[in-house]
Amino acid sequence: MSVEVRLPTVLRSHAGGNSIVIALGSTVGEVLEDLSRNYPDMKGRLLGEDGSLHRFVNVYVNDDDVRYLNQLDTRVADGDTISILPAVAGGES
Amino acid sequence: MAYCSNIFDLVGNTPLVEVSELSPNSRVRILMKLEGQNPSGSVKDRVALSMVEQAEKDGTLQPGQTLLEPSSGNTGIGLALVAKVKGYKLKVVMPENVSPERRQLLEVWGAEIIGSPAGEGSNGAVRMAEHIASEHPEWAFLYQYANPANPRAHYDGTGPEIWRDCPEVTHFVAGLGTSGTLMGVGRFLKERNPAIQVWAVEPPAGEMVDGLRSLDDGYIPPIFLENDGPSMLDRKTVIGTRESVEWTKRISSLGIFAGISTGTAMAGAARCAEAIDSGVIVIVSADGGWKYLSAGVWTDDIDVVVERASRMTYF
Repeated sequence: MSVEVRLPTVLRSHAGGNSIVIALGSTVGEVLEDLSRNYPDMKGRLLGEDGSLHRFVNVYVNDDDVRYLNQLDTRVADGDTISILPAVAGGES
Repeated sequence: MAYCSNIFDLVGNTPLVEVSELSPNSRVRILMKLEGQNPSGSVKDRVALSMVEQAEKDGTLQPGQTLLEPSSGNTGIGLALVAKVKGYKLKVVMPENVSPERRQLLEVWGAEIIGSPAGEGSNGAVRMAEHIASEHPEWAFLYQYANPANPRAHYDGTGPEIWRDCPEVTHFVAGLGTSGTLMGVGRFLKERNPAIQVWAVEPPAGEMVDGLRSLDDGYIPPIFLENDGPSMLDRKTVIGTRESVEWTKRISSLGIFAGISTGTAMAGAARCAEAIDSGVIVIVSADGGWKYLSAGVWTDDIDVVVERASRMTYF
């Protein structure tokens, strides 16, 4: 599967300045692995020592936060968009 | 109740209105809780009153003291009303890019506005308020993102009201900001019926995240962690600004005049309805449409409105 990965400003310098990169994988975890092969700096920023997502990193498949799907095992399909975003204070609704 | 002697008696007990006509699945009913009916016009009256009364009770708030709070609008407005009636002063740290109605409402009740950078949204307001609070320990910093009285207002009020009015609820959908509504209502409903699912919706992060220097500048509301937010939520979905505005307009066709974040919640309910076979979804309409008239939501071209709203903190 080939998916588009959108990177936040704070991570772009670790991906050659790109805001969007293409990566391969059939799960979110595989996609992040593939991303880290091309940009070795990335892995330590996205994952903690235990291999799970860094607490201030939110990963979305299309619009859904993968923490509430199957975390890194969340399946991705060809053409999906993965967005990586830092956790920030939202509004207040 | 022929009349009430105090404006605070009008906080809460908001109506629940069926909006199933807009459900994309005929086996899924959708009901909307109209929090715009509160005295200052939003769900935040519950939180403002709860936080102030708790602080009065535990002595962190003394007569005539000054309150400081970061807010994109509604909490500030609710606190301004409570502060005015109870005789406190209030300073609100608010992003510069909120609608002019929000600023004006704060002025109605004499709150002082401290502007935080527009591009940093609520995150920037929180940061600035934390900094100001550390320099002014003499001000009471109730801090909705970390104050247990915030989710408690929903655990004691909003949740029980929903359970009383609609015990057949299967899904609860609300906006994620401080997480107070989702944590308080979510806990109450799941204690009554563990099968009830809690879905969060949020606006696109927009330019707000571009202001961060590193991932360690990230922020998770303390009340979200204290209430074990990750296990409380069953789903979290981003709803685009266009979709939120479209749903806000669709809702008005039922005679419900609601703010843009209600469109966000309704869009989330529609997605939920499509994803399940049958059920009853309850959503929260955080405020009425009044504060968004200047954004032209119901009158101007949709492309123009979306462009305006995407530069605005409407959550």
